[in-house]
Amino acid sequence: MIKIIVTDRENQVHELDAPTDMNLNLMELCKSYELPVKGTCGGMALCASCHVYVLSNHQLSEPSDDEIAMLDSAFFVKGNSRLGCQIRLADELDGLSVQLAPESED
Amino acid sequence: MNTTASNIIETDILIIGAGPVGLFAVFEAGLLKMRCHLVDILPQPGGQLTEIYPKKPIYDIPGYPSVLAGDLVQNLLKQIEPFGPGFTLGERAETLEKQEDGRWLVTTHRGTKHLAPVIFIAGGLGSFEPRKPPIDNIAQFEDRGVEYFVRNPDFYQNKKVVIAGGGDSALDWTIYLADVASDLTLIHRRTEFRGALDSVEKVQHLAQSGKIRLITNAQVTGLQGNGQLSGITVLHDTEGEYQLPADHFVPLFGLTPKLGPIGDWGLKVDKGNAIEVDTFDYATNVPGIYAIGDINTYPGKLKLILCGFHEATLACQSAFKYVFPDKKLSFKYTTVTGIEGLPQ
Repeated sequence: MIKIIVTDRENQVHELDAPTDMNLNLMELCKSYELPVKGTCGGMALCASCHVYVLSNHQLSEPSDDEIAMLDSAFFVKGNSRLGCQIRLADELDGLSVQLAPESED
Repeated sequence: MNTTASNIIETDILIIGAGPVGLFAVFEAGLLKMRCHLVDILPQPGGQLTEIYPKKPIYDIPGYPSVLAGDLVQNLLKQIEPFGPGFTLGERAETLEKQEDGRWLVTTHRGTKHLAPVIFIAGGLGSFEPRKPPIDNIAQFEDRGVEYFVRNPDFYQNKKVVIAGGGDSALDWTIYLADVASDLTLIHRRTEFRGALDSVEKVQHLAQSGKIRLITNAQVTGLQGNGQLSGITVLHDTEGEYQLPADHFVPLFGLTPKLGPIGDWGLKVDKGNAIEVDTFDYATNVPGIYAIGDINTYPGKLKLILCGFHEATLACQSAFKYVFPDKKLSFKYTTVTGIEGLPQ
């Protein structure tokens, strides 16, 4: 079990307990805690509804081409933008801190 | 398909959404001798499987250890061929009206009319619509200088045009419109483009030769104009904010699914905009209207194609009883009866 810190769009900070043995990604974790993350496409890097800003200095795996392509057509994208669905929860991510990016129109 | 003198498409079950679940519903309806017609906003059947990930393998279709999404759609089309479904493609189902005879009239945004006693909503994630950039006043300039598609390139003849985006469609239209518009600017948030290498090189060449203006590391943050677009605000990562004159702004950021007009049809939806159904037969709160596949919700719902197939099957049985309350429905296995197509 690791801790993930999620700042929501109202600047509320949530400290989430996250199992690392269930093959979960960050989008699924947020949904399981009923945070306002839609995950419309189900984790295929196709919708950007799980767009987050990474606030801590954790070493994340490099984004795939699919993720880069999706972020390219998403909005409010910054240098520390990632798709939550592409961040697999693993022990080395203990203490990872992210902020939910603003929702675009949908 | 039957059409009346007034050119209304008549069918037994009108299926909104031609994704895998909508397509399979045609098969199950066909076994019960019910005809189907499908409406989809996309120009081809298959929904997101063909539109977004035709080359991705799916591993949880029973009997297929692995099948490419595009191949699954082709197989489904072959499977329903004997039942001769009709298609209204490239059109979005817009309005629903109950007729005096109890049937439903569904009209698309292009005005095509469909009449059926039963509607299956198999809309998946919703209808795919252009992703609109979050610019406050963008809605007031839609069709007044802001277009999300290039419908007719000649429309841009001798105009000042700004295209935004970094994918293939932004690159392709930049190349095409370079010879049409009087002044063309392409704005992209990053330096790198993810389109075809050949197109990227062409665009860079056009920029170097002064034929177009290429602005990277920037985005459009504002629109100006009095009733009609006259200029845009560009926010550049290092150079800050400045304005450019523009007759047209064409943001090309791909498609995003939306529930769309179906949301106004009086169907009960949950907070996530999924249509609530009874798991007895996947009927909505409105008699004669069913919702199957990813667009519905019920306790224990899983958004899986295979679950959608099951939902389609039960909905067809219920639809038969709804349309023919006096007919007896005896359940048959295809192994016993084979497939008897419908007369074309």
